Amino acid sequence: MLTLYGQELRSRLLLGTARYPSPAVLEDAVRSSATEIVTVSLRRETAGGRQGGAFFELIRALGVHVLPNTAGCHSVSEAVLTAKMAREVFATNWIKLEVIGHHDTLQPDVFGLVEAARILSAEGFDVFPYTTDDLVVAERLVEAGCKVLMPWCAPIGSAMGPQNLPALRTMRAQFPDIPLIVDAGIGRPSHATTVMELGFDAVLLNTAVAGAIKPALMASAFARAVEAGREAFEAGMLEPRDFAVPSTPVIGKAVFA
Amino acid sequence: MQLTVNGEDHDLVVTTLADLLAKLDFEGDWLATAVNGELVHRADRTAHILTDRDRIEILSPMKGG
Repeated sequence: MLTLYGQELRSRLLLGTARYPSPAVLEDAVRSSATEIVTVSLRRETAGGRQGGAFFELIRALGVHVLPNTAGCHSVSEAVLTAKMAREVFATNWIKLEVIGHHDTLQPDVFGLVEAARILSAEGFDVFPYTTDDLVVAERLVEAGCKVLMPWCAPIGSAMGPQNLPALRTMRAQFPDIPLIVDAGIGRPSHATTVMELGFDAVLLNTAVAGAIKPALMASAFARAVEAGREAFEAGMLEPRDFAVPSTPVIGKAVFA
Repeated sequence: MQLTVNGEDHDLVVTTLADLLAKLDFEGDWLATAVNGELVHRADRTAHILTDRDRIEILSPMKGG
């Protein structure tokens, strides 16, 4: 069982709600992923607009936990205000904290991230920081009050999959007691399995499902990939060897010549 | 008075933030509001007096990753 800020969860897959071809497809994908947490955002509402309300109703009907994000925020003050506004709307202390530092790669501004995490933690938020695999930043985030870390494994939406497995492995080893969620860069189920095999606690993805030709089918594929990786981690895997080892016992083998 | 609402300039006769929302036909319990970069809680909108050149943000739930 995964526990994030005191909330026990059976599913280790967190799903984004953006980029689906229609609300109905989103709904199907959420259901077949068996996710218990979806990420959402806030945007300017148009006067007399009902778009936000319709989306809100859809999300509420799914009966899952909501993790609002601060996507698109490039400064500490923007991210902090967005988090407060999200708490007002979604009535949750959870916040996926993003402070974007680089326009093209969407790399987090880790300095702003730590500062915003400190402010929000002090104000009672449960911060899920979107960060890099940098260990020193991770330590600062924990000092700032984060009880979950969400390192990228590749740039957002890139579908490249894990670009630095040794760094992820080291991060897992250095933070044995902090839930670690790989957020961003996952492109296919095998990527999710790979990071789960390393002992990561969960995976957050969006585009890999929303951009598939059949999003609901892909959501189900990811759900199973995440579970397979987790079970493999818990089962304990063999380390690769440079030579062959016969799997069939050789003792008692008949001698014909 | 001159107000900037979600980045657009408006010339309106309103007193409070709640007046502004009604005037511009914003409804629903899913909105979050901020004035000049500070959150204004839903319960405080009727008491929040606007002043000339205030910048107001009105946000609502959106899909996100």
